[in-house]
Amino acid sequence: MLVQDFLQDSAARTPDKVALIFQGRRLTYQEVDAQANRLAQALLDQGVQRGDRVAIYLPNSVEAVVAIFAVLKAGAVFSVINHTTKLDKLVYILNDCQATGLITQARRLRMLEELQDRVPSLKSVVLCGQEAGKAMEDRMRHSEERSRACPEPCPERSRRDSRRKESRFLNEFLAFEALQQTYPDQLPPQNCIDVDLACLIYTSGTTGEPKGVMSAHYNVVAAASSIIQYLENVPEDIVINVLPLSFDYGLYQLLMTFKFGGTLVLEKSFAYPAAVLKLMEKEQVTGFPGVPTIFAILLQMDLSKYDLSNLRYITNTAAALPPSHILQLRLKFPWATLYSMYGLTECKRVSYLPPEELYRRPGSVGIAIPNTEVWIVDEDGNRVGPGVVGELVVRGSHVMRGYWEKPEETVQRYRPGPIPGERVLYTGDLFKVDEEGFLYFVARKDDIIKSRGEKVSPKEVENVLYSLDGVVEAAVVGVSDEILSEAIKAFIVRRDDNTLTERDVLRHCTQHLEDLMVPKYVEFRSELPKTTSGKIKKTDLR
Amino acid sequence: MSQASNLKSQISNAVEMPIEPQIRQYLATNFLFSDNGFELDDEASFLEEGVVDSTGVLELVMFAEETFGITVQDEEIVPQNFDSVSQLAAYVRRKLSS
Repeated sequence: MLVQDFLQDSAARTPDKVALIFQGRRLTYQEVDAQANRLAQALLDQGVQRGDRVAIYLPNSVEAVVAIFAVLKAGAVFSVINHTTKLDKLVYILNDCQATGLITQARRLRMLEELQDRVPSLKSVVLCGQEAGKAMEDRMRHSEERSRACPEPCPERSRRDSRRKESRFLNEFLAFEALQQTYPDQLPPQNCIDVDLACLIYTSGTTGEPKGVMSAHYNVVAAASSIIQYLENVPEDIVINVLPLSFDYGLYQLLMTFKFGGTLVLEKSFAYPAAVLKLMEKEQVTGFPGVPTIFAILLQMDLSKYDLSNLRYITNTAAALPPSHILQLRLKFPWATLYSMYGLTECKRVSYLPPEELYRRPGSVGIAIPNTEVWIVDEDGNRVGPGVVGELVVRGSHVMRGYWEKPEETVQRYRPGPIPGERVLYTGDLFKVDEEGFLYFVARKDDIIKSRGEKVSPKEVENVLYSLDGVVEAAVVGVSDEILSEAIKAFIVRRDDNTLTERDVLRHCTQHLEDLMVPKYVEFRSELPKTTSGKIKKTDLR
Repeated sequence: MSQASNLKSQISNAVEMPIEPQIRQYLATNFLFSDNGFELDDEASFLEEGVVDSTGVLELVMFAEETFGITVQDEEIVPQNFDSVSQLAAYVRRKLSS
């Protein structure tokens, strides 16, 4: 089974069922499938080949959903990039995966000029949104004016043509809406098999450079199937997704819902909680995946105004819910089942707490998900028994293929397993189990911060701080925060003659970092605590 | 500042200074950290343009309550009221006149 089969099978089974609801638009499985087929045909026409990487740099939208499946149908590998990512990091990611295609918003047209110089691998671009049509008209008008002004043969024209070749994708981009009118809705020939890559999901690493986790089709199928099994999803389920599709937890809401043939209610974010709740009531949502930040906001609201009686389950992962929030959620939604879960992009999901255990072990993230095995090892790699803290190891078909072109980081995380040739995942997270085998998260082995449930590399934020004139030293730590789980705090030592202000620092950060990575607090110090070897001692800053 | 003088300044702000410039100034200072003021149009979507992120909307709500002396109900925190300078200004005006 391939990931695009999730959509195709449901479209064959229930073509007229509503698959996707977004901002008042309702698309059936057949409509989503047809749109994805047309975009796939267009991508192939643009020269996208099997195994090519195509980046989807869009906020949650119908176009993003269609693009994900279209890239797969074209035999290529998709990577959804957070739409708040700034230019330098986008360039880094596109170059890292050698993307040949980019699907983005027409309002990014100015950014494309930069990309054409800085990302040599990029050949084709699809622009979404109303402005795309206008940009296309402008382009046609310019090219007409050019040919009128300079009929062939004309030396200036051939010079321009050679320049045109260099900026091919700027001249030949496709508009999403327009290609939907012109390309056929047939599925193009399918050549991939399930060991081919389906997607790269970029995640923060300790080095500060984002790493693309390679998911083969079979990895995604295994992870999605296992989660669907324990959540007991049925086609009648209506799942709301407010999480970004660039985040694996958000992406899998789409993939899983299409696999079990349900309906996905997609929102751009949880920025407007009341609007989301009203929508949940209106659409009779049954499944609500969230992270602790979302639940913390929800618990501050008066929920009695909303009829959420259709809610069958709530899931939490990415960071632990405080036990008091678990209790309050149970009280607010006594009719809904609450799943506490744990996972990491490197294998998608590891464990879930069977809901009937919630009162007995509220601090546990449960047991291995179906068709998965986990154990805990000490520093020498020996398995340890109950109560002993060690690193959690995961075995299963959902253990991904490693990090894209990062062999050193890959062998550190993905190590030989019990069967020759097999690899298992060393999570880098410290755990213990109780006598009955239930897992408890203890700590991370590295200093990665979890803000709003997503990983933030302190190194990545520090690198941005160091690029600001006047910063001599910078250290970034996570401090506990009621809403964000962890808030980002930056400690900075300024150059003596420097008058850098908090506002200067924050402005610089908002220009270079995704929203969730921008520090909430900035503190200037005359010096930072150091270890004997001269490294900044972060434990003294937390 | 005492509560009374705070209230007084809110009222005088609300009366004397048009609403839009106050919103622009707040966004420029607290979200864009800009010295050049708010450079987008009043119609630009805060979320689309990345002016305000998903947790920032709640800060915007607090700003509106404190600056204009209004009480924002949960169900009023919707994009139609809070996603651009014009929408927010129109919402504040409706609240002040009701």
